[in-house]
Amino acid sequence: MKHTDDFAPEDLPAIEVLPPAARFSLRARPAQAEVLGRALGLTLPGRVGERTGEAGREAMCLGPDEWVILAPEEDGAAIVQALADAYGEAPHALADISDREIRFRVSGKGTLDLMAMGCPRDVSAIAPGRGARTVFDGATVVLWRDGEEDVRLDVWRSFAPHVRDLLETGRAELAAGL
Amino acid sequence: MLLIHCPYCDETLPESEFAYAGEAHIARPADPSATTDEEWRDYLFIRSNVKGAHYERWRHVHGCARFFNAVRDTVSDRFLTTYPAGAPRPALSDLEASE
Ligand SMILES: [Zn+2]
Repeated sequence: MKHTDDFAPEDLPAIEVLPPAARFSLRARPAQAEVLGRALGLTLPGRVGERTGEAGREAMCLGPDEWVILAPEEDGAAIVQALADAYGEAPHALADISDREIRFRVSGKGTLDLMAMGCPRDVSAIAPGRGARTVFDGATVVLWRDGEEDVRLDVWRSFAPHVRDLLETGRAELAAGL
Repeated sequence: MLLIHCPYCDETLPESEFAYAGEAHIARPADPSATTDEEWRDYLFIRSNVKGAHYERWRHVHGCARFFNAVRDTVSDRFLTTYPAGAPRPALSDLEASE
């Protein structure tokens, strides 16, 4: 058993709340993805778990007909307008879910161990640059694996304190060498 | 924990990401008001409750969110196959032959 003093903070994952972002849920038939991607200025990924990004905008395929779009907050209105303009050519449903979710970033040594405390899925099997909608101790999260030990988690607002507490508890357990 | 293959994600994932959703291939009567009380009761409540290969629905609720179908052995809990919603019911003989 190691003691807390043995761990420098740089040996532990950092847990941050990221600033608000524009966030959209996009539902459409796969045949519309090309037109919608063009309107968004990126290529919509075709397979569940794949991600793309362009000029600060990011997309992840969550289901066969569902994507989440992330963008800088000030970019939101332009996205709504661009997709409204594309509606005639490519029918779809776009919902602004910017306020629905809180975004955490967990990064640094021990990040995968911390994820394993809440996720039944093997997060290490999600390649860096990919992601998944999955579950973290009962709460649905959209997990973006940005690097080997670097993930972002989008969590529904009402579940965010629960997820945050669990992350902090897990970090304390890592610090205690448990 | 069971591992379940989601036919939409094409990945085998922990059961905790999924929700069970009852027996599969139960079609709602096209004209409910034309059914007798007994037929409607059977549609709502009567299930096969098999011992062995069971055709059932699952939902990848903490994932792609899609409903799909599975054939699971209710004795061993082993999944014989999973397939997309709307696909025809696979014959049991084919599933057993492929093992
Ligand atoms: Zn799935």
